Amino acid sequence: MTTAVSFQNVSRHFGPVRAVDDVTLSIAAGEFFAMLGPSGSGKTTCLRLIAGFEQPTNGHIEIFGETAEGLPPYRRNVNTVFQDYALFPHMTILENVGYGLMVKGVPRAARQKKALDALDLVELKGFDARRPSQLSGGQRQRVALARALVNEPKVLLLDEPLGALDLKLREQMQVELKTLQRNLGITFVFVTHDQGEALSMADRVAIFNQGRIVQVGAPQEIYERPRTRFVADFVGSSNVLPPDFVASTGGPARWMSLRPEKIAIAAGTAKPPAGSHGVVAKVTSVHYQGAITRVNTEAFGQELAVSAPSSLAGLDIGETVSLSWPLSALHAMEDET
Amino acid sequence: MSTATGLARERRGGLLRQISDALFRSPFLLLTLLLAPPLLWLGIVYLGSLLALLAQSFFSVDEFSGLINREFTLSTYQELFRLANLDIIWRSLSMAIAVTLAAALIAFPIAYYAARYAKGRLKAFFYLAVMLPLWSSYLVRVYAWKLILAKEGIITWLADKLYLTWLLDAILAIPVIGGPSLSISYIGTFLVFLYVWLPYMILPTQAALERVPANLIEASADLGALPRQTFWTVVFPLALPGLIAGSIFTFSLTLGDYIIPQIVGTSSYFLGQAVYVLQGTAGNIPLAAAFTVVPIVIMAIYLTIAKRMGAFDAL
Repeated sequence: MTTAVSFQNVSRHFGPVRAVDDVTLSIAAGEFFAMLGPSGSGKTTCLRLIAGFEQPTNGHIEIFGETAEGLPPYRRNVNTVFQDYALFPHMTILENVGYGLMVKGVPRAARQKKALDALDLVELKGFDARRPSQLSGGQRQRVALARALVNEPKVLLLDEPLGALDLKLREQMQVELKTLQRNLGITFVFVTHDQGEALSMADRVAIFNQGRIVQVGAPQEIYERPRTRFVADFVGSSNVLPPDFVASTGGPARWMSLRPEKIAIAAGTAKPPAGSHGVVAKVTSVHYQGAITRVNTEAFGQELAVSAPSSLAGLDIGETVSLSWPLSALHAMEDET
Repeated sequence: MSTATGLARERRGGLLRQISDALFRSPFLLLTLLLAPPLLWLGIVYLGSLLALLAQSFFSVDEFSGLINREFTLSTYQELFRLANLDIIWRSLSMAIAVTLAAALIAFPIAYYAARYAKGRLKAFFYLAVMLPLWSSYLVRVYAWKLILAKEGIITWLADKLYLTWLLDAILAIPVIGGPSLSISYIGTFLVFLYVWLPYMILPTQAALERVPANLIEASADLGALPRQTFWTVVFPLALPGLIAGSIFTFSLTLGDYIIPQIVGTSSYFLGQAVYVLQGTAGNIPLAAAFTVVPIVIMAIYLTIAKRMGAFDAL
């Protein structure tokens, strides 16, 4: 399999700040790769390193086998969809989309045809004569996408492209982006702080924290088997159980991750079934979320969140409940935070 | 609090509170109060007197008595288009164009640096350096330039020390724009105009450049544009309204100025000097008024062309 982007011990320091700290990474051609992390975790800087807006302080970057460091953005066959779209306000939509072709000297007729095709691809037919200011956020987002795709990039970089859209539109664009990527076969590198977005769209996800990659893997792997407490907490807000608590419920004395949806909840004090661990807890709050209800409980000073089907969770605050989970639901993590 | 039944909070204050409530309820009244003084000033004192002046240009001067004949006539405009007067207009216009172009060329790199690169103290220094000359009297600066440019001045002295007198002589020997010394030539007038009006070009250009989002420049590079292409297709068009605003200053200020060409330059008249002399010693108010119409018409033409060329599209 061809490698689209590879980072070898790449660092980017801004004075004393290590925005990216010794990152080694390999993204396969045709892959939908998500970089997930809280703000300031270095994911955007990584994207800018690929685009060429930043140069690494240390390390080596290759894009399709070509050394990237020292190469300015305009010499890279990589295009970016910017967070706030960065459309040119003084140009029409058609001129915006055709811009990359225009600066490369593609004749007017050919470039207009390609630009119109690209607008067609993102379902913006008939918008070509308008100005960016006349479009809605979702439409601008599509123009930004068309403007990047028209150049047939080898790698498409997306910097929180759905961040400014409302929920409904965001979910729709997620599906569309994924379909588009599959049909075009272009490598997508997608930066987001929304774990749901990353898990639902990406083939592989890299979790960033404090300039480093904490874990890379398929979404299921990241979700089911978080390597550290940070990953467990950040991706799907798992219950992170300290070693002494796990030991008190009959497990090994290790840091464990326990997904809220794997916990069974029942009113009263019942013994856990065979092959399960369990604890008696008190309900501290109940959050109805439609299909499921999130019940926050507390046992021996440890908070435990439970996701239960709403039909089962007719509970009141302060009520005593018994929680149980199968041994297989516990996932041991490394000691680092 | 237990007695409160409605929405209103406990009442405080008297008349002032009632006034502020009244203004809150009628925004139109508030707007009128806020805008009335400036509109009166602009409308009556400023535009009114300008219109009164322009109306004078349609009167004429009786050749025998020297009195103003208050009847509508175009004869003053006929007089305006005499060869000697056209010469004045042409001279002022070329000077204004030359000063504006040179100011734009010098101002742009300075403004670009200040807007995109200068930070903190450096930026404060920039503002100070650009504005400081404006703090001292314009007359003082113009006289200072007369000394700098004079035959016994520092430029002649420096040229002599650098064995460049031949170069200075060659420049002064250029027909029309040369002269016996820099202070008695169009080159001198040009240099002083350029110096005096430069801040008015730098500041709007810098403001416009500052408003160009950095990510547009990144987007352009990302799409494969060379720095040169990015400059001409993104940065320049977006900064153009600022340059135009600056050029309106330099252009109109040069067109109308009558002090600089009087102190530094040849004895030929510029527009402002013509107006000054006509309304003063010559007592020909109608022709003076007709002369003041000229820069207004030129500016109107200039702005129309700029608009046609799309200079304000990015606004």
